[in-house]
Amino acid sequence: MPKRTDIKKILIIGAGPIIIGQACEFDYSGTQACKALKEEGYEVILLNSNPATIMTDPDFADRTYIEPVTPESLEKIIAKERPDAILPTLGGQTGLNTAVAVAKNGVLARYNVELIGAKLPAIEMAEDRTLFKAAMARIGVAVPRSGLAHNRQEAIDIIDHVGFPVIIRPSFTLGGTGGGIAYNREEYEQIAMAGIEASPTNEVLIEESIIGWKEYELEVMRDMADNVVIICSIENFDAMGVHTGDSITVAPAQTLTDKEYQILRDASLKIIREIGVETGGSNIQFGVNPKDGRLVVIEMNPRVSRSSALASKATGFPIAKIAAKLSVGYTLDEIPNDITQETLASFEPTIDYVVTKIPRFTFEKFPQANATLTTQMKSVGEAMAIGRTFKESFQKALRSMEIGSCGFESRFPDAAEKLDPEQQAQLREKLSVPNCERLWYIGDALRFGMSIEEIYRFTGIDPWFLDNVRQIIDMEGRLIAVRDDVSSGSAEMVTLLREAKAYGFSDMRLAMLWATDEGTVRKLRHTTGVRPVYKRVDTCGAEFAAHTPYLYSTYESECEAEPTDRRKIMILGGGPNRIGQGIEFDYCCVHGAFALAEDGFETIMVNCNPETVSTDYDTSDRLYFEPLTFEDVLEIVAVEKPVGVIVQFGGQTPLKLAVALEKAGVPIIGTPPDAIDRAEDRERFQALLHTLDLKQPENGIAHSTLEAEAIAERIGYPVVVRPSYVLGGRAMEIVYSSERLRHYMQFAVKASPEHPVLIDKFLDAAIEVDVDALADGTAVVIGGVMEHIEEAGIHSGDSACSLPPYSLSPANLAEIRRQTCALALEIGVIGLMNIQFAVKDDTVFLIEVNPRASRTAPFVSKATGRPLAKIAARLMAGKTLAELGICTEIIPEHVSIKESVFPFVKFPGVDTLLGPEMKSTGEVMGIDVDFAKAFAKAQRGAGVKLPLAGKVFISVKEADKPGVLDPARKLVAAGFEIVATSGTHNYLLEHGIASQLINKVMEGRPHCVDALKNNDIDLVFNTTFGEQSIQDSYTIRRTTLMADIAYYTTVAGIRAAVDAILALQRESLDVKPLQEYY
Amino acid sequence: MRAALALADGKVFFGKAFGATGEVTGEVVFNTSMTGYQEILTDPSYTGEIVTMTCPQIGNCGINLEDVESARPHLSGFVIKENCNFPSNWRSEMTLDAYLKENNVVGIEGIDTRTLVRHIRDKGAQIGVISTLDLDADSLVAKARQAPSIVGLDLVRTVTCAQPYVWTEGVWTLGEGYAPAPVTSRFKVVAYDFGIKRNILRNLASSGCAVTVVPATMPAAEVLAMQPDGVFLSNGPGDPAPIRYAQETIRQLLGKVPIFGICLGHQLLSIALGGSTYKLKFGHRGGNQPVLDKATGRVEITAQNHGFAVDPATLGSDIEISHINLNDQTVEGIAHKKYPAFSVQYHPEASPGPHDAHHLFARFTDLIKQHQRSLR
Repeated sequence: MPKRTDIKKILIIGAGPIIIGQACEFDYSGTQACKALKEEGYEVILLNSNPATIMTDPDFADRTYIEPVTPESLEKIIAKERPDAILPTLGGQTGLNTAVAVAKNGVLARYNVELIGAKLPAIEMAEDRTLFKAAMARIGVAVPRSGLAHNRQEAIDIIDHVGFPVIIRPSFTLGGTGGGIAYNREEYEQIAMAGIEASPTNEVLIEESIIGWKEYELEVMRDMADNVVIICSIENFDAMGVHTGDSITVAPAQTLTDKEYQILRDASLKIIREIGVETGGSNIQFGVNPKDGRLVVIEMNPRVSRSSALASKATGFPIAKIAAKLSVGYTLDEIPNDITQETLASFEPTIDYVVTKIPRFTFEKFPQANATLTTQMKSVGEAMAIGRTFKESFQKALRSMEIGSCGFESRFPDAAEKLDPEQQAQLREKLSVPNCERLWYIGDALRFGMSIEEIYRFTGIDPWFLDNVRQIIDMEGRLIAVRDDVSSGSAEMVTLLREAKAYGFSDMRLAMLWATDEGTVRKLRHTTGVRPVYKRVDTCGAEFAAHTPYLYSTYESECEAEPTDRRKIMILGGGPNRIGQGIEFDYCCVHGAFALAEDGFETIMVNCNPETVSTDYDTSDRLYFEPLTFEDVLEIVAVEKPVGVIVQFGGQTPLKLAVALEKAGVPIIGTPPDAIDRAEDRERFQALLHTLDLKQPENGIAHSTLEAEAIAERIGYPVVVRPSYVLGGRAMEIVYSSERLRHYMQFAVKASPEHPVLIDKFLDAAIEVDVDALADGTAVVIGGVMEHIEEAGIHSGDSACSLPPYSLSPANLAEIRRQTCALALEIGVIGLMNIQFAVKDDTVFLIEVNPRASRTAPFVSKATGRPLAKIAARLMAGKTLAELGICTEIIPEHVSIKESVFPFVKFPGVDTLLGPEMKSTGEVMGIDVDFAKAFAKAQRGAGVKLPLAGKVFISVKEADKPGVLDPARKLVAAGFEIVATSGTHNYLLEHGIASQLINKVMEGRPHCVDALKNNDIDLVFNTTFGEQSIQDSYTIRRTTLMADIAYYTTVAGIRAAVDAILALQRESLDVKPLQEYY
Repeated sequence: MRAALALADGKVFFGKAFGATGEVTGEVVFNTSMTGYQEILTDPSYTGEIVTMTCPQIGNCGINLEDVESARPHLSGFVIKENCNFPSNWRSEMTLDAYLKENNVVGIEGIDTRTLVRHIRDKGAQIGVISTLDLDADSLVAKARQAPSIVGLDLVRTVTCAQPYVWTEGVWTLGEGYAPAPVTSRFKVVAYDFGIKRNILRNLASSGCAVTVVPATMPAAEVLAMQPDGVFLSNGPGDPAPIRYAQETIRQLLGKVPIFGICLGHQLLSIALGGSTYKLKFGHRGGNQPVLDKATGRVEITAQNHGFAVDPATLGSDIEISHINLNDQTVEGIAHKKYPAFSVQYHPEASPGPHDAHHLFARFTDLIKQHQRSLR
């Protein structure tokens, strides 16, 4: 069937901000969909609140709405744009839920809009547990024993026939939020009730535990003619019981015979047909009993998912792009396969390599969080690696994680031949309780003689995987045995080295095993000719020639890289997402590639994050899906010989490699590594400031606790302490006392042993400012000046900010601009730079300079309409600002607010208080004609529901009391009632503002937390000072979070929120596409 | 132990021996299936072939004695990237290595199979030698060059059954194993064994056919004397052109009894109908080949294993091309416009491979029913 001509305008819903369970894979899918539909001549309307996405670039849709992804804004956009259809299956669960909401409330019918891809009944049948179970019964596909509960009694009734252990899954939540595994009644009731609360439909599925079963996923596609194909099978390394997003996963499935695999395939076909997903991709999860092969279906996502992104990268089959084309009526046999060109999309990819994905966790940021892996997803990112064998891909994936691991390092490095009883107990616990370090403990278990059968009993991990790890550990033994002969260069030695490299051993790991350094191993490798070759990902196991250079390294005989002799520039990506380094950097890498391709360069992307747009094979001319380590990058450079390598787009990951790469003769373009070092090295930086006569908060560098105390005494508490060379404010803290400082020093030195600790005077109540600027070595143009809403002390990545600034004086702004230009020129920035300032008492202090693309680059680009990363790439490639016609700063008349989004809901027990250590996973943007409206949109986009009436609970620290007077007055005038704890209540009373007194938690019941739990409070203002009161008020914040009540913990935030509420009372928010702003 | 694989065009690979040791020659081909190595090993159609698996890790599920397509492996040699000596599967009974040793199949592992496959793709399938005895490249290449080509050879005689026999096993299900054939079968079917896969017989049985398997050389008159409701023409190894006795038999059966052919059976039917076949550059072997059913517009993902194909230009006007391969537009199925006869190049019995085309067995029994009605 050809494409439909009865629809012309299609609305795509994006996934909103990056959160746990919904990361940049939906930018990848959405971007592909936008491109595919535009290519087909449709008018594309896009809704997404996330400014860091590629898809929200004005070029990707005809009309781009950066508005909250909510049914309300969607309705307004539909009313304004009158699209013919909505494609709801590419924006994750958020996009799907939003589409379902407007389908159910009649908006779609009213405006005559069709859902394409999946219709409402199909979505409901897949997502509603009861309907799904009934559907599976109709087609004879087994599901685990289960029941649905909406309240305590139902939950108690169900457990009797399901039995322990039991899995609890709330309906319609992302990444299994609010779910868990219960082994006893007490635990069960607790989790079930929390789940019922977390579910938007107040429903949980209580399910027979199939913990320990093998877990599989199949990616399925269907077209309008009812053709169905399986794109990829994925087998989980971790057995059932760990969320698939938190599991190590492998493609293709490794331990199924054809008969067993076909059972999964047949079931998948039946399921997608019965559910009735018309077109596009779905993901189906299965559990298989390892003892007898009994199969149950766990769930089905009637949409493109994280696994679809993984499957796309694992096979080279672009699921989202094809899904978009199928949604407008094409059939699979009408769509060409881009990679082979001669074949079609109606086939099933076969792969001649093994893909391993390892999730990346950030528990170090949330020390109070429970780090046990369960059915609720906790990882924030992932790395994928490709190798010819599982061993190779597994070890490559390990070093792609960027957590300081380069292989199976022992967790018992000082242990003797045998582990002592205590260590043995630790080992057993780490094996039997799923955790993010388990794979290293498996290495140790094998090293210290535990049998595969025994490890299997503890972990439930299939013995096939365990045996492969055993082969790696055995190889380590063989390598250590020849430690003294390494330099001999004998034929046996070279054979062993080659074998070890084919097992995926990094030079760094070999150096550790041989007690030498990485450079020595590399030299040995190079002199003996043990070099990687590059093979192509081609969807077809080499049956047809591949026309897309999508490459991975391996140690085999033939290299398929076939480098061209064009002028080429290589861009190093950002690796796995983590807090502090996410989609924003991928945005910059992708833009760099686009701009340089437009300028006639061949572009080469290196990255290992399967969720991203940068690892789409058609983003750049050539894609190397490789770990971002010195070794791996250097080998690619040797094959490709680029004229330039860009390290300033991918965040800290490539930046860390800059100096070493340059020393190895790699042509780094843009700001020279030495200039980067000048900005990052504290002592050199201070000399630079001295030269320019710029002010910095008083500071010092401490190499010991004693030194630290002396410095703090000299400059006076409070001080900000942090280890040098970190991103995302890792281990950064504001310290108010010497006692706390001593405690910190012990922790911080552990956090970063090779670097000293930096101590700065903390500028209390200062306004922080972020500046992004472009420079070409002789000229500087400011990209944007952003005023933070939260005061100094909150990490810039967590703070909301406004572009243009909303309260700074013209004199301060002029000074900020002057200093920015002076710094860019002095350092010799070529490309992007980011500077953080603090303004206190009309004085501008310099906080930090980052001579690289920053987290704010995409936000500034969206706010001003000027593509900073593209321009930066061109500057790095040798153009000047003047040549590009970039001469003056754009100061927009509209206001753009960036707001951060946090993962606290996923981590029970974690305080929501913000500080200098970054904790947000993503961001949204609110854009409107004035500050109040833009802030309101940003809040709504971030999921905060600002009330228009009701009760405000106010409890603020002494210093903030004057600051809340004005907001409190405004709220009262606007009809709100105020509830306050004694101190705040009295202060307000003294200033003529009436409030209702409420007990603090320690003052007896009923107290403020009771009121919060009873839904008596609609808004919370709570600021605290000092460890005791922070601890005391923890329950308030946690309860507020779980009750989904809007809350603000800074005075600046409170002021902005009140302005936004007043604006919302005056009129409801309007929607306007980005294309109309500039 | 070291082993070498040499191709007639001079390309030589060195690797590690596994399975049996010795020296074997055969046509070097590749299969892109990611599952089902056991079915591939025991498929008689691989007689005379050295099979390379594109999937790099083979043997992960070990070997069970259930998933076999004939009594023993038939291929000449087995080429893989990495063999697994620690299989994990609840049905596994032995390792792949032990099975190959027991059945005297020479294997080679540890070679860059992707490079080999690319070479075959670009240069075409050709004769090769695997040896654990002779590791001299020149000598091996010379041996490969001297070995006979597969074209023009009658390999069917080496795999067909000696005597007719009755088939009684139905299809496999998890937990149940192979079903017994239905007690009351509605159709009497004679299946010519050109190298038949058991799963074809199982599917016929489960579709209600009482199947008698007969040797490839059984004359038409003898078969007709059995008064079958339908005749099935099986898959089998090698070149269909030299199998003249079968082509002649089919000519005599045409119009007298409904005929269904698979793979070699399809090629033989086509030749019997006046068509001819040609050798594909490197064949179709795998479980992901898209086939368009021209009548319905549906695409089936199919299992395939063939090195020769029917030339559409040679098919007369009485013959309709019912199926085509979407990858290369080759003929995948034909149907006679007058006689009750149809055939497909691919394998609806799968095993290994997707089950999309299972319905063709029902098409056969429907054809039988229709034919029976027309006689009444």
